[in-house]
Formats: sequence, structure tokens, C-alpha cells
Amino acid sequence: MDLKDIIKEENLVYSKTKLLTDNIMHYCPGCTHGVVHKVVAEVIDEMNIQEKSIGVAPVGCAVLAYNYIDIDWHEAAHGRAPAVATAISRLYPNKYVFTYQGDGDLASIGTAEIMHACNRGENIVVIFINNGIYGMTGGQMAPTSLLDMPTSTTPYGRKVELNGYPLKITELIAQLPGTCYVTRQAGHTPAAVRKLKKAIRKAFENVGQKKGTSFIEVVSTCNSGWKLSPVKANEWMVEHMFPYYPLGDLKDE
Amino acid sequence: MADYKLMKGNEAIAEAAIRCGCDAYFGYPITPQSEVLETLMARMPWEETGMVVLQAESEVAAINMVYGGAGCGKKVMTSSSSPGISLKQEGITYIAGAELPCLIVNVVRGGPGLGTIQPAQSDYFQAVKGGGHGDYKLIVLAPASVQEMYDFVDLGFELAFKYRNPAMILSDGVIGQMMEKVQLGPYKPRMTDEEIIAKYGSWATTGKTPDRPRNIITSLDLEASRQEQFNLKLQKKYREIEEKEVRFEKIACDDAEYLFVAYGSSSRICQKAVDLAREKGIKVGLLRPITLFPYPTKAIQEMIGQLKGILTVEMSAGQMVEDVRLAVEGKVKVEHYGRMGGMIPSPNDVVAALEEKIIKG
Repeated sequence: MDLKDIIKEENLVYSKTKLLTDNIMHYCPGCTHGVVHKVVAEVIDEMNIQEKSIGVAPVGCAVLAYNYIDIDWHEAAHGRAPAVATAISRLYPNKYVFTYQGDGDLASIGTAEIMHACNRGENIVVIFINNGIYGMTGGQMAPTSLLDMPTSTTPYGRKVELNGYPLKITELIAQLPGTCYVTRQAGHTPAAVRKLKKAIRKAFENVGQKKGTSFIEVVSTCNSGWKLSPVKANEWMVEHMFPYYPLGDLKDE
Repeated sequence: MADYKLMKGNEAIAEAAIRCGCDAYFGYPITPQSEVLETLMARMPWEETGMVVLQAESEVAAINMVYGGAGCGKKVMTSSSSPGISLKQEGITYIAGAELPCLIVNVVRGGPGLGTIQPAQSDYFQAVKGGGHGDYKLIVLAPASVQEMYDFVDLGFELAFKYRNPAMILSDGVIGQMMEKVQLGPYKPRMTDEEIIAKYGSWATTGKTPDRPRNIITSLDLEASRQEQFNLKLQKKYREIEEKEVRFEKIACDDAEYLFVAYGSSSRICQKAVDLAREKGIKVGLLRPITLFPYPTKAIQEMIGQLKGILTVEMSAGQMVEDVRLAVEGKVKVEHYGRMGGMIPSPNDVVAALEEKIIKG
């Protein structure tokens, strides 16, 4: 049997996600952003809400997210994506507005914006990529960097007396009455990706039902910043990140 | 039958926003402009026109909400006072960089820092020379009356959309707080998405439709040569604005040998000073810039031949005076008179300064 006899529509079990553009992603090999982008694109496509979706991209590695998913996008200043999304969602109450933010963006410079948008219960989805380090800026400490974790600004490891504790921002967010769904997921195994997709789908459906803010933390790797191979980075994440940032739903109302 | 109402300057801003079809206001309270947000909240325009009004958690959030709403192609505005405007500079430079229309109102108070809640004009540099990072300009309108506070909301939006550029009403605590009779305009309905697209094009984040590529609102371009081209395009736009949008008022200038140049509340004081000086036989006129960017440089230059001296009157250490000096290129003596920290000069002070600094000096 020739290859052309096998490659047929009825035999197709996997293909490129429709809403992902043909642009070559700038992310490092092994980075979780590619996986999360794909899942977001799949959910928007499967829900058939391309025309109703508006993404708000952050500052940081995902600053160019708008190059990869074929919907309207608004780029925001560092940390301000929830404020930008607030306005879009209020002006277009029937659209699916989401922010896509990293840990420096959301948990450091943008803590005020994320807390207040969630507390107001803005009808948006927040996708929060937590890899415990500043990726694009070159591997500096993030609020979520673990204790003893070496970064370029904590070369001897993060110390409480110098840098304080790793911030469990998702636990704080879960306490805010404006949020309806707060969950922590990952994307390191096929099973984890399926759970992540289910969570993102639920979050977008919550927007359709005008339930308030849905917040999805995705515990992620930064193999460049962590200076580990993709495989080792996944192993390190499971061993060190998951105990401090345990996966699962924190709130589902 | 015209519709007149006695209003505070800040209330006029709010009323004008509702009547000119503004889609959203995002703000944060700060003296002396809190009545803008208070008036809007009391008027409940969301019931009347569907206008969104939201008290943000900070000035930073408020201007970024403006950024988001402006990206949707909507008429969106904010207002604040000096320390709050400093916080908004981050968002303002992003809005200018993304070439979005919006309206920002600054009811200036004395500084630096927390300063005072009394009026000043010490944010001139910040308003007309950039304020945030990067090479950009705002279209800056300087009202001198409560009526102009009202009128410039609509005008500000019109210019902002025409050039896809943020516009600022640069007012101060005198005009924000004083009450005057205002002639109210008719209600303009808010534009629908279809009307916005028909009038201004389909560049906004309204949700990607099959008939167009995705819209991306951003000020980022990592490629230096493209970023330079974008900057050159911005500068070309600013030159066009300078060519077409200069606005100013001349009072008693025909036979003037001396000239006051003043904007906003200082120009009101100078109007009286013109009368007092002319009673003393001093032939002085007043040139009042209405747009501070674009600046009425040519209007000043055209008067050079008839003038023996120019006095700028500003409630600052002397900021606009630099633009007057640039305009006359040393051909006429230019001096500055001003008070700071919330103090307001009197018309007699202004006449004395003219005599001291220009006529005798």
C-alpha cells in the first residue's frame, strides 16, 4: 500500500489546529506556550466563536501570541491586560474576551489589575502561564520562583530573607467572589493536555453564560530559563513545582 | 429654543460626554476633577444611551481600560488631575503608539509631587511635549470657559478620530470648579459598529469576520527599520495636524504694540489686564492659543512686525514661553510672568509685570 492510499480524509486522526496561523512560533523548543496556544485555538474553533473572540496579549514571551491564533487581538502593556479586557468585555458584553498572561505580567507588575478585574467579576477568561521565572527578559526571578531556585537575579537561589516567599496568586484569586471557576492545570503529558483543554473549554463556556471571571493557571516549564532540556524541565516541574503549586480545581461554582 | 444650564466645568465635561455619544468613561477620583465621575454616576447614562461608566482601581487601570475600549473603535475617555495624569502616561504612550483615538481630560493642579489641589498650568510640557516615553504628540485643547469645557469634548473626539490620535483637554482647577452658563448641544446617538466601520474603516478589535484578516492593536514592532518607518509616519501625521488644526483667538490685537500670550484661565485674567492696560494708554492685545499642540506659531510670527514685546502669562515657572520664544526666533523680546503652587495672578499683577519686564525692562 502506498502512502497516498493511507493519507485520506477518513484516516485522519490528527491535523494542524484550524485557527493556528502558518506563522512559525518564536517559542523555545519544549516551551509550554505552544501547547496552550493550540488548546485555546482548538476550543475557540470547536465552540465556533472565532468571530466573537477577542484576545488580550501580555508583555513577556507571549507578547506575540496575536501572531499565532487567527482572531482579533489587543496587545496590552505589562500587567494591564485585565484592565484592557475589562473595557472590551464591558463594551462588547456578548463577546468572548480572554487575557493570556505570564507570571511576571500577572503576579508581579499586574497584581492590582488582576485582583480588581477578578473581584469585579469581569466576564472574561484569564489564562495564567506560571513557569516560575521571567522568560523573555532573560531568566530573572518571578514572584512565583520557588525557594532556592537559581535565577539570574537570585544566582544563589531564592532566599526568603532577601526575596520573600513564592506567591500563590491563584489561591488568592480563588477567594475573590467575582471568580466562578479557578483551576490549576499543566500541559506536560497527553492526559494533562486533555484536562487543560476541558478546563479552558469550561472557562469559555462560563463567559457565554455570563458567570464572571474564570481563571486558569497553567504550571509550565521554561527550559531555557531553567537551563534544562525539555524532558528534564518537565521532570523538574513535576518534582518541584507541583508540590508547591498542586494541580486541580480550587473553585467551580 | 436653546438649552442653557448653570454648570461647573467638570460637570460640563460629563454632560458633554453623554450628549456627544461617548461610549465609555473610565476614571479614578482625584481633586479637583472628581465631579466628572460623580456626575456621570449620578446621571446613569447606561440607562439613557448605553454608555459604560466605570470607577477603576487606579489611574493606571483607567487609562488601560481606555486603551482597550479605544481599540474596539469606540469613543472612550478618561479624566484626571496632575498626579493622576502622570500615572496615566504609560497608557497614553501605548495609545499614541497604537494610533488609537481617545479623549483625556487633565484638570491641572499645582505640583510637583502631591502638590496642592489648587489650580496651576504646570503640566504644559507634559501635555504638549510627550509626557510618556517615545516620540509622540497629543492633540491638546485648552478651554478658557465652562462652555469650552463642554464644546471641546465633542471637538476632542472629532479630532482624535480624524487623526487616530489621543486628544487631551488641558484644563485647570479654576475652570474645572467654576460655574458658568453653558449652552447644551443636542444629543448625538452613539455610533453603531457598522457606522464606525463605514466612517473610519475596519481596523478595530470588533471580532474577526471572514471578510477581513484579524485585527491586531499593538505598538510593538521588534524590527528596527519598520519601527523607524512607523515613527516617520507618526511624524508626518503630526505635521499634517500642525498644518490643518491650529486654533487660537486674538483680542485687541489690531493696533497692539505689546502682546500677552496666555491660555486657559490665565487668558481670562489677561482679558481684564488688556482693559486695565489700555486705560493706562498701553496698547496691548491678547493672543490665546486654543490648541497647544498644534501651537499657533504662525499667528505669533505674523505679529512680529508690529510688536515691541511679548509677555506670556502662565500659572507655572514658564513653560509655554519656550514655544513663544521659538516662534519669534529672538526678533521680539519675550518674558514670562506667572505664579505657582496654586496661586492665581491678578489682572493688576499682570499689568505691573508687563510694565516692569517688557516696557521698562
